[in-house]
Amino acid sequence: MSDTAFDYYARKKHDHDHDDHAPVAGQDSGPPSQYEIMSRAMQELLEAKGVVTADEIRRRIEIFEEDFPYRGSRVIARAWADPAFKARLLKDGKAACAEMGVELEATRLIAVENTPDVHNVIVCTLCSCYPRELLGMPPTWYKSDNYRARVVREPRAVLKEFGTVLPDHVALRVHDSNADMRYVVIPMRPRETKGWSEEQLAEILTRDTLVGVTVPRVPAKP
Amino acid sequence: MTKARRARARRKPPSTYTPAPGHRFRVGDRVMIKRAFPPGHRRTPYYIRGKMGVIERICGAFPNPEELAYGFDGEPAKVLYRVRFQQRHVWPDYEGPARDLIEMEIFEHWLVPASGRMPTAKLTQTG
Repeated sequence: MSDTAFDYYARKKHDHDHDDHAPVAGQDSGPPSQYEIMSRAMQELLEAKGVVTADEIRRRIEIFEEDFPYRGSRVIARAWADPAFKARLLKDGKAACAEMGVELEATRLIAVENTPDVHNVIVCTLCSCYPRELLGMPPTWYKSDNYRARVVREPRAVLKEFGTVLPDHVALRVHDSNADMRYVVIPMRPRETKGWSEEQLAEILTRDTLVGVTVPRVPAKP
Repeated sequence: MTKARRARARRKPPSTYTPAPGHRFRVGDRVMIKRAFPPGHRRTPYYIRGKMGVIERICGAFPNPEELAYGFDGEPAKVLYRVRFQQRHVWPDYEGPARDLIEMEIFEHWLVPASGRMPTAKLTQTG
């Protein structure tokens, strides 16, 4: 930001009545919650006892944000490119992921396949269970009461709000991820992607397509 | 077992599904979810209690979340199933087609065998 811009914002800030908007709260404003205190105390104890280091915890968070969000697309791109791999993924998701070096640690994975007759969508009505090791952290809408309550009751209406209109001849299967399994959708591969590399395929396998609220689309040629 | 089959079995990667010895239900069995409302941490959603469905797969045996939630070890592990339900049965005012389904995981101690007529016509389809 240039000095001019800085001055502009500084002036703006004092130009108006401070009561006309809610204060912009940082996440660290206000006293820490009980859970923040507990989590902090636990981390300090583990560090003091030499079980983990602060850097290991930082690294873990970094992996969550920089690696995990892209693993799902890579796995499903492989399934699109290699039918034998897809069969193994459908049979035992975790073992198939391990083949490509994607270790799911605690997660048991069930892959569900979209076909011309079946569309799948994932939710966790009890909390926000989500295949984090494949897709990263869940989006806010996935954790919202609105999505969780409505996608089981009126899933077609919810999908429509995401821009996905399912014809009546397609059976919709909602998967409530309510216990120990985690789910990922294998979308239908668009016909226009014939001959694409796995890297190209992964590009159109966005997070929302793997949760099932939308379907992959090939961008129109410029 | 033939020599070829033994070789195939050896090559097969180990399944990550935990075994569920002594499971009470089999794939395709018709079950009812207990209509019970005990207090505490339960992984059986309220909306499915009292509903009837069909076992879709056996996931394995897992530590009991109802015990884990309170700091116990969750032993003995409980068998976890995926159960498939017809949406029109789960939500009597459901507006979508009859072929729409909802599936979820239910621990064995929440299941009882279903008897009599039940809305499972579309549930036994494969795939």
